[in-house]
Amino acid sequence: MSEVGERLAAGAQAEGFPDLLYSDAERALADALRSLLGDRAAPATVLARTESAQTYDDGLWQALAADLGLAGLLIPERDGGAGASYREAAAAAETLGSFAAPVPYLGSAVVATAALLAAGAPVRGGLGPPPQAAPSAQPAQPAEPAGSSPRASTEAADLLRKMADGGVTVALAVPFATQPAPRGPAFPATVRLAGPRHGDTDSGVSRLRGTVTGVADALPAGLLLVPADGVPECLYLVDMAADGVSKAPLASLDMTRQLCDLWFDDAPGTLVASGQAAKRAVTAALAAGAAILAAEQVGLAQRCLDMTVSYARERRQFARPIGSFQALKHRMADLWVEIALARAAARYAAACLSSGDPDAPVAVAMAKAYCSQVAVHAAQECVQLHGGIGFTWEHPAHLYLKRAKADSLALGTPDAHRAALAGLVNLPGP
Amino acid sequence: MLKPEQVRERVRAFLAEHDPAAASRQDFLNARFDAGLAWVHYPEGLGGLGASRALQAVADAEFDAADAPGIDPDRNPIGRGMAAPTILAYGSDEQQRRWLRGIWTGEEVWCQLFSEPGAGSDLAALATRAASDGESWVVTGQKVWTSQAHLARWGLLLARTDPGVEKHAGLTYFACDMTAPGVEVRPLRQLTGEAEFNEVFLTEARIPDSDRIGPVGEGWKVANATLMSERVNIANARSGPRESGMIGPVAAAWRARPELRTPGLHDRLLALWTEAEVARLAGEMLRQQLAAGKPGPEGSAAKLVFARLNQEISAYEMELAAADGLRYDDWTMRRPERSSFFGRSPSFRYLRARGNSIEGGTSEILRNIIAERVLGLPSEPRQDKGVPWKDLPR
Ligand SMILES: Cc1cc2nc3c(=O)[nH]c(=O)nc-3n(C[C@H](O)[C@H](O)[C@H](O)COP(=O)(O)OP(=O)(O)OC[C@H]3O[C@@H](n4cnc5c(N)ncnc54)[C@H](O)[C@@H]3O)c2cc1C
Repeated sequence: MSEVGERLAAGAQAEGFPDLLYSDAERALADALRSLLGDRAAPATVLARTESAQTYDDGLWQALAADLGLAGLLIPERDGGAGASYREAAAAAETLGSFAAPVPYLGSAVVATAALLAAGAPVRGGLGPPPQAAPSAQPAQPAEPAGSSPRASTEAADLLRKMADGGVTVALAVPFATQPAPRGPAFPATVRLAGPRHGDTDSGVSRLRGTVTGVADALPAGLLLVPADGVPECLYLVDMAADGVSKAPLASLDMTRQLCDLWFDDAPGTLVASGQAAKRAVTAALAAGAAILAAEQVGLAQRCLDMTVSYARERRQFARPIGSFQALKHRMADLWVEIALARAAARYAAACLSSGDPDAPVAVAMAKAYCSQVAVHAAQECVQLHGGIGFTWEHPAHLYLKRAKADSLALGTPDAHRAALAGLVNLPGP
Repeated sequence: MLKPEQVRERVRAFLAEHDPAAASRQDFLNARFDAGLAWVHYPEGLGGLGASRALQAVADAEFDAADAPGIDPDRNPIGRGMAAPTILAYGSDEQQRRWLRGIWTGEEVWCQLFSEPGAGSDLAALATRAASDGESWVVTGQKVWTSQAHLARWGLLLARTDPGVEKHAGLTYFACDMTAPGVEVRPLRQLTGEAEFNEVFLTEARIPDSDRIGPVGEGWKVANATLMSERVNIANARSGPRESGMIGPVAAAWRARPELRTPGLHDRLLALWTEAEVARLAGEMLRQQLAAGKPGPEGSAAKLVFARLNQEISAYEMELAAADGLRYDDWTMRRPERSSFFGRSPSFRYLRARGNSIEGGTSEILRNIIAERVLGLPSEPRQDKGVPWKDLPR
């Protein structure tokens, strides 16, 4: 261990407080990522892609997966991934956020991966009655998978292995606006089990019916994890290419992370998790998503400030750089302060998720509430302090503004997360 | 590098030889300092073990567990937080040996003789004159807002030794013996009713050259070390577990008195609570950076946030207190022995917090520092560059 590392270990040990600093490994990952994105995700490239038919950059995603292992960062080494923690995942997200990179990292490598990792425990046997369709649905029974082995867990592991190298991209089919439990829905399912078709029981297939709106990172996904209502609730794996599955891209506020609506019309799904395990999987996925999105927001805010500062140093009005006007300097200084705080909040949330700290729900709610506001503030200041050029389509400021505002609404608004804190830290309302 | 267990063992060995109940408080603290268990990250021989700063908590916890007498953090904060790091960085070996022990134990209180009637934010413009007569310096001038001068044995003095050069270049740093002839301290009453600070008149006060800290003409550099420590110090005034700062009594009142709750106050409380907790995490991150030997410019940020949050939270607390907020605990003019932002009544806390954005560099000046030194933004056009101090317009 390095001397610094040793001192930190002593410090962490002495006080039991998570290490918030960036490790050498995290810094190296961020550096490598920055140089790759610098080549392949320059603002003009990102902007052009928002107006193309393929708003997600699959080539870039494959490169990030192959060169940096980003697709499998959180996946255990035994399942072919990098075995990294949420800390490294957050460091990567910060850099991706600073480029507004149009890749399904958050949806696949974080949210769907977290769901599968949490669902990884065996779910068959002993966990209550077999799943049934919701009362209002047609009588339906999910097909029992063949064999008696804990199929869901092996299935999850198989799937993780395919995701690890970017070969398969997976999205969790819930609206991007969904806040994690406890304040968000315990199980955000708008899809129900439908009656089985001939032969389903033998092939281990269940039928799903319903609509999910405004889903992030589902456009480039090959597979979907679909929460379905029933008794108990279940999480199914659905092939995007299967009959009965359709998707429609939405004109989204943030076209660097274009949303889509999903329809399931007796779509075939295979069971991944049921009952408590399914709930656990979805809750873990959304919480991880909110924490890592907070890190993205830090990266975005820092990038907006950096752009603004360098512009303010060069742009001259009244025969001096506009950055010498104190009214502007103080606004940039305030942003820098806010970002320092946001960074601490995001680092803490990632650290709590990494170690399974019981404070994680508080940490995630704080990080998402605070970082959302800072990112929006930074992007708005970026537009304002650039003047007219900042209001153009050509300048990248609007990409950041749209992403910042969209991200602040995603996975729970700041207000919703503060409301969650009220319950978590015992500050009840009137 | 020492490990936590080794520090723990040293404290236990020390306690085995020094019964906390038997010795006088001062003797016990002196011995603790001499054993290197005062501030463990200081060098050996100067109250430390050259250990990680993070291990301080380990040592303190051992002493606390043994019910040993400890230092009073609200007494001599300027000595411990500002004089000590400055002396450690710029003092001679002899000065370090002479002063650091008394600073840590609190036996000798220190104050900061920087601000003057004509030089506050523009500290480098100060006019207090120190002239050499060969062996010692003869100092004449006036200082203001000098916190704790009425308790102080020593003052950190910044004075002008050369009026003929640019303002930053003509300054020298001294330790001023507050008991010397020619040093007069008068209370200045604050808006809180009491007088934490004072004005200090220096009239041909003599300072031996052996009490000069750092080279002649390099006072500005030394003063900046003091100011940096001051900011970190103010910001860390209450670092501890969750809700340990100004938000603590507010959250407690909210929980205890449901009849005070309204939807509007609830929204604001949650926003303030979140910010206070995020600021605490940023403080932790700053401490970890210091412990890793990588101090960042975040100290100025922390002080800015600390001031704003204290002001907002204490203002909120008054509204929550409603009718009780109309009361004040005590307007008596006193010269307090200890200084704390967090004690007394909500209305005292509210009033005292107004000073947080003025003392130790105003929030406006801190924003300038962040903008120029951290972000590299150009300075405003200035009239004082290249002009000798004596020729500056006044
Ligand atoms: C409670 C308290 C305790 C103190 N204790 C001590 C102490 O122990 N020792 C000591 O030496 N001093 C002490 N001070 C003094 C303190 O450091 C000064 O008050 C402070 O630096 C401001 O100086 P000033 O009062 O002269 O105000 P000024 O510098 O005159 O400032 C007046 C206003 O103008 C603003 N301003 C000034 N220059 C600029 C600029 N360039 N850009 C934008 N705005 C500007 C300031 O922010 C402020 O709002 C203390 C002050 C307080 C309130």
